[in-house]
Amino acid sequence: MDAAATFRNGLGSQNPGLVQLLGLCPLLAVSTTLSNALGLGIATLAVLLVSSLAASLFGRWLLPEVRIGVFVVTIAAAVTAVELVTAAWLPELHQSLGIFLPLIVTNCLVLARAESFASRRGIVEAAVDALGMGVGFLLVLVALGSVREILGHGSLGGDLELLFGEHARGVGLRLFPAHSGWLFALLPPGAFILLGLMVAAHNWRIARRAEGREEPDVGPAEQVGS
Amino acid sequence: MARPDADTGIPRPLRGALLLGGTTVLAFALLALVHQATRGRILEVERARQMQAVEQVLDGVRYDNDLLLDAVTVTDRDLLGTTAPVTVYRATLDGEPVAAVLAPTAPDGYSGSIRLLVGIGVDGRLLGVRVQSHRETPGLGDLIETGKSDWILKFTGHSLGDPPLERWKVRKDGGDFDQFTGATVTPRAVVGAVANALLYFEGHREWIFSASATPADKRIDP
Repeated sequence: MDAAATFRNGLGSQNPGLVQLLGLCPLLAVSTTLSNALGLGIATLAVLLVSSLAASLFGRWLLPEVRIGVFVVTIAAAVTAVELVTAAWLPELHQSLGIFLPLIVTNCLVLARAESFASRRGIVEAAVDALGMGVGFLLVLVALGSVREILGHGSLGGDLELLFGEHARGVGLRLFPAHSGWLFALLPPGAFILLGLMVAAHNWRIARRAEGREEPDVGPAEQVGS
Repeated sequence: MARPDADTGIPRPLRGALLLGGTTVLAFALLALVHQATRGRILEVERARQMQAVEQVLDGVRYDNDLLLDAVTVTDRDLLGTTAPVTVYRATLDGEPVAAVLAPTAPDGYSGSIRLLVGIGVDGRLLGVRVQSHRETPGLGDLIETGKSDWILKFTGHSLGDPPLERWKVRKDGGDFDQFTGATVTPRAVVGAVANALLYFEGHREWIFSASATPADKRIDP
């Protein structure tokens, strides 16, 4: 598989958020605003890249009985490092993401890519896969975060200063007053339903493309993670 | 390239242990480095955040002591809403007390405790109240946040006699403070906690300003 296809895999047919449904807990919990979603997406991408590179570098020397243990230690160290750096230089974002930053450790997307892909591939391929998966996850997070912020807060990018510092204050759009926002979009059920609609739209698109090509084997992916 | 099944002369269980142990040592070293590099900055950020929170409820009162160092720790489950030690910051000007900041808890919020920061002038008037953390319903109970509504700013200037203690309640309970449409429990909890903080301050004013400071490492910060 060439690099471009590996990368596209993460964005589309194997998208972690829409197809593999990996990492749903942070995806649903943190996507209340665009800047939260962007922050967690970037943090996850960074951890994914570091852990996939490490898995690709060392995976082939590892005994099967300790491989997962070694990956868990590596991922935990990467996440803790990212968390400390965020606490020091992006304190507001650190507060805003709260527990979900350290919980990247438990995002099964990270372990799944290290274990099932990166540990068996070359370093370039592992990096491209991590980028594809990370960006795919980031895009779903950002899409969900934008929709929820618009519906629930009536704004888009209203708290981007959490991410980019004071000069980004007021950059966001205000579409209608916050108090007339649709509260449901901010609560967990709203997140589930909006994500469900996105998954349905994605599957519909894939199914339509498959129909056009008359290739039954490219139907909607059925792989479901935890 | 050495494969996992290659014969290296080291027994397999030992090799596994070495691999896992080695990774752990490496991870430990990496984290120690990152911790060293970020520690100072994190402490600074933490201090600035605390300072900013405390200054907010002091409403511009002039003082000249180091607030974060000059603090005492007290415990009063009934009036401060928690069995945990509560930090009281003291503001003084030329050695004369001007204000105190208490960090009480409203234990009876709609979903759990609401942690507050209450600034009280030495004359017993409220300088400001802010919510530190809460888990109230978004869109209903979270109107106690300053970003969502200015409800909590209306405490400023009130004291135990103004309104009289029996009217330190939400309107629905016959008091002087507004509740929110659809949410009474949250404002009721906050009003009660603020009144209790005032009662605590009144009962311990002398002690608060005369006690010697609790060392920072013995303190539970808000």
